[in-house]
Amino acid sequence: MGLRFESVADVRSDLKKVDYLADDGIASVVFLADRLGKPVLVEGPAGTGKTQLAKSVAEITGSRLIRLQCYEGLDESKALYEWNYKKQLLRIQAERNAEDWKELSDDIFSEEFLLTRPLLEAIRSEEPVVLLIDEVDRVELETEALLLEVLSEYQVSIPELGTIQAVQTPLVFLTSNNTRELSEALKRRCLFLHIDYPDLEREKEIVLTKVEGVSENLADQITRIVRSIRSLELKKSPSVSETLDWARTLVLLGVESIDAEQATETLHILLKYQTDIAKAAKELSTNGA
Amino acid sequence: MLELLAGFIQELRRAGLPVSLTENLDAMEAVKHIPIEDREAFKYTLAATLVKNSSHWRAFETVFEVYFALRGEEYEIARDEAEMGALRDLEGGQKPQSAGGGAMEALTPEELAEMLYQALLNADEAQMRAVARQAVRRFSGMEPGRPVGGTYYLYRTLRNLDLDNVVERMMEAVREQADAPLTALEERLERDELESRVDKLKQEVEAEIRRHLVADRGIDAMARTLRKPLPEDIDFMHANREEMAQLKRSLHPLTRKLAVRLARKRRHGRKGPLDFRATVRSSLSYGGVPAEPKFRYPRPHKPEIFVIADISGSVAAFARFTLQLVYAISGQFSKVRSFVFIDGLDEVTRFFEGVEDINEAVHRVNTEADVVWVDGHSDYGHAFEVFWERYGHEVGPRTTVLFLGDARNNYHASQNWVIKEMRHKARHVYWLNPEPRSYWDTGDSIIGEYSTHCDGVYECRNLRQLERFVEVLA
Repeated sequence: MGLRFESVADVRSDLKKVDYLADDGIASVVFLADRLGKPVLVEGPAGTGKTQLAKSVAEITGSRLIRLQCYEGLDESKALYEWNYKKQLLRIQAERNAEDWKELSDDIFSEEFLLTRPLLEAIRSEEPVVLLIDEVDRVELETEALLLEVLSEYQVSIPELGTIQAVQTPLVFLTSNNTRELSEALKRRCLFLHIDYPDLEREKEIVLTKVEGVSENLADQITRIVRSIRSLELKKSPSVSETLDWARTLVLLGVESIDAEQATETLHILLKYQTDIAKAAKELSTNGA
Repeated sequence: MLELLAGFIQELRRAGLPVSLTENLDAMEAVKHIPIEDREAFKYTLAATLVKNSSHWRAFETVFEVYFALRGEEYEIARDEAEMGALRDLEGGQKPQSAGGGAMEALTPEELAEMLYQALLNADEAQMRAVARQAVRRFSGMEPGRPVGGTYYLYRTLRNLDLDNVVERMMEAVREQADAPLTALEERLERDELESRVDKLKQEVEAEIRRHLVADRGIDAMARTLRKPLPEDIDFMHANREEMAQLKRSLHPLTRKLAVRLARKRRHGRKGPLDFRATVRSSLSYGGVPAEPKFRYPRPHKPEIFVIADISGSVAAFARFTLQLVYAISGQFSKVRSFVFIDGLDEVTRFFEGVEDINEAVHRVNTEADVVWVDGHSDYGHAFEVFWERYGHEVGPRTTVLFLGDARNNYHASQNWVIKEMRHKARHVYWLNPEPRSYWDTGDSIIGEYSTHCDGVYECRNLRQLERFVEVLA
């Protein structure tokens, strides 16, 4: 197994080069994933950079990113592989009168007629790969089992062909929004990483790196307001990406420092529910005593 | 090291975290790759391999602090550099520091308070830590071998520090420093910032107390007393304020999970009769051969739910959680109606209708519902009679009735015929009791008299049990 990183600090600084600010937890887990050759299950609220982590890791390791978006009803033929039956039909018709059946059937179940889907593709790829299995909590419990072989052995068994082993060990990231409990079997095979909302310092740093033309002072105010809002009981707390959107908006509006009125007027960028907006607006205009 | 790790994992299991053998082995393998001096990385390494549920993080952290906190030199209980440095800052190097470090002890309470204030105002972490240490030593009244839990010491220490006043004082200072009067928004932000610093100080104090306790009683004994229940194991009836907050936080993801699961269960039921139209349609892609028969999936009726909850003091928290849960997944039921009682009974469905914020509704239930008839002590019998009289005719064959309460009836008449009648008319009658099963039918509890007429009586002391029941329900 080729080692991609030297140390935890290495992961951190590399990620920082591509504008992903990792904390200790994230960096340690990514480092371990590489060392132990284990997939990482990333969980946390929406919009905290779970998917972005996989993308950034792909970028710093110079790997190809293969992405499998999960949804309810995802099955083998969409995730692993499928036989190209149209091509098989053509082949059968072309050779209708010539050869005997045995030879033909051997022939049509060869790799030529195999359509690879993301999982198989990640396994067969010669170049280094980061495999992202996005929103794995959306598939049914039964479908999860499809992933198990790939995740633990890095291989795919195709009845007609046999077992295909991975050429190189891909780095695998699974993300989950936690809409349901994932099976024990899946969790056991993965390293677990919970990405929560970043703390004040880190979020400020994120705003400063990601938003162009934002002043130190404004970033500080933005993140403080967001922290206050997150401490309220809301239907949906503002995510990091929403913080960034808000910061960009304020920069575009030419705001240098936020007052209560401007904050209230632009709250709809940060919050998506009317009740939440009303609540936050009310809270922000009182002093919280 | 291996031994320590093994003990650590055993303690995690005792705290209720499911750690499997493979995970154990993974952890052992993983720590080989991490430089042991890097405590943070070490902690996250263990977490990544052993903890697979974010709500277990707190329990993990507590165990980790106990097991791995005091190994490093800088955590020694004797006073250290930070403390000395802080002291120098305060005194400006004027006072001679007699006998190495006794100066900290020599501070008057006023000086200590001043030091705390300065530390918080300047967000000086080293100084905050020093103050926390001194405060614990001075105020907690800790004596070796005293069988008291950490929370007691924490309470004593914090009471003496009087943090609320400190915050007020700091707000004053901030106001003075500002050029213009603070706007409401600025004020709020400042306050949030200061409060988060105070929280940090509290954590320092807690950590310090823990260090003392571990030093006093040894790791194993400490791990036991400090063990924090997982959110799903917190007892509704005995939750303290922090645990309540934790429960509230875990309720939301739970409801979301339940809703998804119930909706799926409904969809993926048995197969129904052949759906001719769909079959023909799908046959087109196979050149007209009906290769893939399609079936109609039956959609079972959504049940109608009547919740009848005791909201007297002892079980109020439980009733509140269950109501919240039921309303949060009310999409899974065709109708939800709720009634609350103490000795009188009132329908509270109106508070929940068209309300987006369930907390708000629960609050209104607690303040506005008319539930006291005579003296405000639970009287199940009377409440049930009233229910039967006013709403009994609305219970029908599709109704599932849910009673919430401990059936502690203060020796009133049980009137359990109401439940008997109800069972004839309703689809199901369930009773959820937040008391442990061993307490049932002791004292004034008459759950036995009611349970003979129920389809099921469930012990429901924590979220885990509540969750399991809800799945029975839908």
